[in-house]
Amino acid sequence: MDAFILQILNGLDKGSAYALIALGLTLIFGTLGVVNFAHGALFMIGAFVAVTMQKVLNLSTELVDPTKKDFLGNPLMVKTPYVENWFGESAGQFIINWSVPLSILAAIPIMLAIGFIMERGLIRHFYKRPHADQILVTFGLAIVLQEIVKAFFGANPIQTPAPDALNGVVNMGAWLNMSLSYPLWRIVYFCFAAIIIFGVFAFLQFTTFGMVVRAGMADRETVGLLGINIDKRFTIMFAIAASVAGLAGVMYAPINPPNYHWGMDFLVLSFVVVVVGGMGSLPGAVLAGFLLGILESFASTTWATTTIPGINQIIIYLVAIIILLTRPRGLMGRKGVMEE
Amino acid sequence: MLKLDKKDTTLFLVVIAMTLLAPFIMNPFPTDSGLAQFNAGYPDLMQRFAIFGIFAIGFNILFGLTGYLSFGHAAFLGVGSYAAVWMFKLLSFNILPAIFLAVLVAAIFSLAIGFVCLRRSGIYFSILTLAFAQMSFAMAYSVLSNPSFNLTNGETGLQVYADDPQILKGSGPDATHLFGLEMRNTFTLDVGAWAFQFNLGFYICAMFLILAFYISLRIFRSPFGLILRAIKTNQTRLNFTGTNSRPYTLAAFVISGMYAGLAGGLMAAMDPLAGAERMQWTASGEVVLMTILGGAGTLLGPILGAGFIKYFENIFSKINDSVLQSWFSFMPDGLSDFFVSIVHPFVGKGWHLTLGLLFMLVVTFLPGGLVEGGQKIWSRLRNKDKDGGAKSTATTPAE
Repeated sequence: MDAFILQILNGLDKGSAYALIALGLTLIFGTLGVVNFAHGALFMIGAFVAVTMQKVLNLSTELVDPTKKDFLGNPLMVKTPYVENWFGESAGQFIINWSVPLSILAAIPIMLAIGFIMERGLIRHFYKRPHADQILVTFGLAIVLQEIVKAFFGANPIQTPAPDALNGVVNMGAWLNMSLSYPLWRIVYFCFAAIIIFGVFAFLQFTTFGMVVRAGMADRETVGLLGINIDKRFTIMFAIAASVAGLAGVMYAPINPPNYHWGMDFLVLSFVVVVVGGMGSLPGAVLAGFLLGILESFASTTWATTTIPGINQIIIYLVAIIILLTRPRGLMGRKGVMEE
Repeated sequence: MLKLDKKDTTLFLVVIAMTLLAPFIMNPFPTDSGLAQFNAGYPDLMQRFAIFGIFAIGFNILFGLTGYLSFGHAAFLGVGSYAAVWMFKLLSFNILPAIFLAVLVAAIFSLAIGFVCLRRSGIYFSILTLAFAQMSFAMAYSVLSNPSFNLTNGETGLQVYADDPQILKGSGPDATHLFGLEMRNTFTLDVGAWAFQFNLGFYICAMFLILAFYISLRIFRSPFGLILRAIKTNQTRLNFTGTNSRPYTLAAFVISGMYAGLAGGLMAAMDPLAGAERMQWTASGEVVLMTILGGAGTLLGPILGAGFIKYFENIFSKINDSVLQSWFSFMPDGLSDFFVSIVHPFVGKGWHLTLGLLFMLVVTFLPGGLVEGGQKIWSRLRNKDKDGGAKSTATTPAE
């Protein structure tokens, strides 16, 4: 029983990442009708916002301290980060330590801007082109973004630790008299993902803006005829979808050190998630994300890998193939979306 | 000739001439001149031109004609490579059985995958092929290389070892060969300052490329090719006329899978190695790039695209900072440093950045690829110069 719950927990953090990326993808697809192959790259950029934030906060002044010597006997160079100079030592160290959560604040405007520029600058010109062209141009964009990040940060993964306070292991099963030790940051990630997902749904469900967007998703033309500038709202939705992917990336950085080809790695999986959930269905994307994450974690258990070797590598694709062939619309797909 | 009309015969002859004379065409600069780094006339690169040309021609039969965008074509190439290396391991280093098995295995593999994937179209088809290819990659990388059943040799890649059976080897050579003629045989012709290299392996690839091009030409001009184009234009309407399109798309899928298998087999024949990374989806993405860049749906486009990408990949990655410095050395110091720092991210290791940008530009402004660009320039030149108007373009787009 312990092991069972632990596997579900293990699946939740990966599932949260899948769900967040897939949510953004579906949002873009449902509103603008664009298949965005660069969405994984947005996730990767989010992670690198966290990396940059960490680097920026660690910018230091170097002073020679004549009273101390290093091991060679030379005067010691003491590095003091600027934030420590400005806010005092303890507050400065606290800020540096919390760089990942702090980067959320930076990531939101950055990702909104990137999303806005992407939509207005590039994707807007592809609405009337075939889906194949949209896939191709965003695929090209994904390569470009990935290479830019590689040029700046190099090809190696960069460690981005979570704050010390959130870095430990907690016993999840204490109140159930079970021993389930589980990394605290992954629980934080799951809660964070849940908040974002609820936020997006609430935004769409309970605001006028969201109502208009939903109306536009259902019938874009009529909404336009009613005198509403639906394109403008869809652009904003694109930017929001981009920032959802970016935030997913920011918070994922401590779980797995980010490197430049994260985007491509997660892209394939999140597309599979979207298709399994049903193209254009927001709840479907979230459901499928968690489902596939949990399935993957169950397939990685020793029991599963000894019964069917390598099942952990292929389970997601296998499930996707089965679902696509038996339920062509995915788990919760609507009728008439992407059906030729 | 060969059941081709006059225009196609010309085109075919041009391709034959270009392929067979490649060692000359690719080697325009004298060996010890400063421009020699732009030469591409060495065997390894020319072989890759031909092999990826075949791969892209095959992909174009599927994507260019039917419009089905497969994102998993590298799987067939990888399977072909593995099959070929297994033939080397079991029989001998003769390439004929290896290539035969590579094509056969790729055909069976693509028949199975195509049968499943072609039940869906559009984006779903792309995702399904992607899923299958990633699954094959993951399996080749891990599952199929366990000690009891080592089909792919995992991360190391499949290669021929001294203790492999090689039952037909006898006293045959220890490198890939065709009835005793080794693939690495190279004849160097020195003409003045030039050194032209004629490599047997390249000519084998070139023969296959010519054959592949001929078959694709015949498919483009056949009633079968017309139906495939009808599928791209309007599949629903085609179905209304009572034509069942599935067998046609499946045939196109299997044919292009066999082309990929042939390319994979040739790759192994030139260098008896096969690794799982050949099946990864970025490898599938590369053939998509080649075809689109050259011009999807055109006959010459894929070959041009493959040649273009492979050429610049090689040349760009050779340009390092010192080369850049020597280019801009005629400028004042500060200015040359400035230009070097601007160009630097796009060359050397940054080649993929250039490729991505170029690809985006082509998709946005030139959906017909390099071939369309060439035609546009040609027609503009022709309008200016009416005398030259009688000549026809060497390229024929599908649409």
